[in-house]
Amino acid sequence: MASTSPGGSASRVVLVTGVSRDLGRRSARAIANDPTVARVIGVDVVPPRGDVGDVSFVRADIRNPVIAKVIAKENVDTVVHMSVISTPGSTGGRGTMKELNVIGTMQLLAACQKAPSVQHLVVKSTTTMYGASNRDPAMFTEDMEPRRGARSGYAKDVWEIEGYVRGFARRRPDVRVTTLRCANVIGPHVVSPLTSYFRLPVIPTVLGYDARLQFLHEQDLMDVLIHAVRTDLPGTFNVAGDGILMLSQALRRLKRPTVPMPGFAVGSLGMVLRRARLADFSPEQLGFLTYGRGVDTTRMRRELGFEPAFSTADAFDDFASGLTPTGGRIEALLTAALDQLPPVEETHALTSVGGGRRG
Amino acid sequence: MGDAEIIPIGTRGRPGRGQGSGKPSAASRNLAGARRTPPAKKPPREPVAETAVETAVETAAEPLATVEAPTRAPAYVEERQPAGGIPAGDWLGAFQHAARDLFGDQWEPQLARFLAFLRRRVTGDYVVDEYGFDQEITERFFMAALRPIAQKWFRIEVRGVENIPTEGGALVVSNHSGTIPVDGLMTCVSIHDHTGRFLRPLGADLVFKTPLVSTLARKGGTTLACNEDAERMLRGGELVGVWPEGFKGIGKPYAERYKLQRFGRGGFVSAALRTQVPIIPLSVVGAEEIYPLVANLPSLARVLGLPYLPITPLFPWLGPLGLVPLPSKWLLEFGEPIRTDEFDPGAAEDPMLVFNVTDEVRETIQSTLYSLLMQRQSVFR
Repeated sequence: MASTSPGGSASRVVLVTGVSRDLGRRSARAIANDPTVARVIGVDVVPPRGDVGDVSFVRADIRNPVIAKVIAKENVDTVVHMSVISTPGSTGGRGTMKELNVIGTMQLLAACQKAPSVQHLVVKSTTTMYGASNRDPAMFTEDMEPRRGARSGYAKDVWEIEGYVRGFARRRPDVRVTTLRCANVIGPHVVSPLTSYFRLPVIPTVLGYDARLQFLHEQDLMDVLIHAVRTDLPGTFNVAGDGILMLSQALRRLKRPTVPMPGFAVGSLGMVLRRARLADFSPEQLGFLTYGRGVDTTRMRRELGFEPAFSTADAFDDFASGLTPTGGRIEALLTAALDQLPPVEETHALTSVGGGRRG
Repeated sequence: MGDAEIIPIGTRGRPGRGQGSGKPSAASRNLAGARRTPPAKKPPREPVAETAVETAVETAAEPLATVEAPTRAPAYVEERQPAGGIPAGDWLGAFQHAARDLFGDQWEPQLARFLAFLRRRVTGDYVVDEYGFDQEITERFFMAALRPIAQKWFRIEVRGVENIPTEGGALVVSNHSGTIPVDGLMTCVSIHDHTGRFLRPLGADLVFKTPLVSTLARKGGTTLACNEDAERMLRGGELVGVWPEGFKGIGKPYAERYKLQRFGRGGFVSAALRTQVPIIPLSVVGAEEIYPLVANLPSLARVLGLPYLPITPLFPWLGPLGLVPLPSKWLLEFGEPIRTDEFDPGAAEDPMLVFNVTDEVRETIQSTLYSLLMQRQSVFR
């Protein structure tokens, strides 16, 4: 235990679920570096691929009552639940995914309820819960419910998980429950349905729609998890970078060619791509790429006191910098033409206004 | 049945007009005679020629061909590089001349600025607000495209602009008419041209469901007509436009023109009461006549998922030409703002008060509509 300091402050024992995946593993490591944390136990059904550092890995299935024994034996006081899988691809089918997400959460919460040592529960949820439709308000606050309840898939899982978490908070009022609804996490190392979509060499888009997107940088995700572990703030918080990117704008920043096609064609192309393991187009992702989604982060700033280091645009640019552009010829042409002309400063009244207005 | 008559379709590969005789009509013979038959065409024809008709054509064409052939210059193709003969200096001169014509004397910085703008658009280096409003595109393209329609086609006359506050949130409430929401677009342009502020319209969910329209609406500053968005925009100090009649107003038959429909459920009043912003009634005269809706096809509209399917005197009979609006004369009058900050903040929870304020707004617009109609000389003047 290199991080254990002799002072009495480093006394917390944190259990992190879902450490086999990259974000979970790195979050667990980041939490282990926190000075107030004495010990971090990572739990998953398969061992993590990379270096876990100071995290002690326990191979356990959260769908199994064994997890209760781990919590009791290690005297865990904080549980960070990250084991919510967004795509059926890696786990082998939608059934397994639902089982892992919903049944796993139920078992974990049951174990937490029985363990008197547990004081704090942090659940990494997602803004996918709000759904994406043409009836959505521009910005979802934490009190709003999805306009069209999800009937299947990831969004429904998350909705059910949050329901169980609320139930747990009712039954154990002494436990501080923090639910973080994170926007789509993006970054150079993130592998998710959305990043694999952006990594396609030619990107299909839904004809006639332009989605509003919000991103959270992977570094900010870890920071907000540590922040939530460190501070004692119960409640539900939307977590997202500042500002909005339109999908068309994001793709222009990527410098990748796009193919607009009707929604149903994108859907069927997505099936092909999924079979080829190139990208995962679930129906809710198609909805997201059609209508987009925005969440209000006032509560994150005011109550949680967290400020993301990356804005939505910065986070996306950091992701885009790692990709080789496959387009961008027009830009090169314009740059060449501009080199021939005298330099001008673009202090046009139009360009300076309209920026940075946020709620 | 076995000896059914076979009616040939076409000419069965023979020349002529398909009358079965295989003989070219007089008209086609004349054509063949008048036209210069190129000599190159002759050899491939000969093996096919089998009927007397063919030879007749040949003989008809023969004298002409023999006369023409010696006088004709040999045809040849010269490989010419496009514009290869124009020296580079001329190109530069022409380009500079065109640039000066387009951008004036300061054409170099102007062009550079324009190209820099293009490059920023192409690289996605611009900012949209949280509703997806793209101010640059709206100002440079949408407004620029709609302005001539507003000024030249509808000759919009705006009254009472001083009732629009120069800053802070306000709710513009207008009557809705015209089969297609042209009145919304024209209101946006007129307000921007007279006050410099952007009207942020609230649109029905159908707007955001329709491809292309949804993109343009978001870029132009529209957001969904729901209480959450309306209140958020008003708290953010925006000038919000709402058409509470909705589809009932815009899709009403021509016979019911300028008769205000029910003003929704008064949601716009409760949003204004909660955010304590003034309500500015706007009466639009002229929009009713642009597409006079004489009939409706409700059953077909239901199949297509539309609220109504209009039939106007020109649409669909003239096809796309029927989409050209009639050039009626428009009058826009902004009324006195109705203050909501006098009520206490809990007033939005009092349905009777909300209904009363809704009726007040509706009455104001209706009476202004009548007085504007009295002042108007005719529909088109």
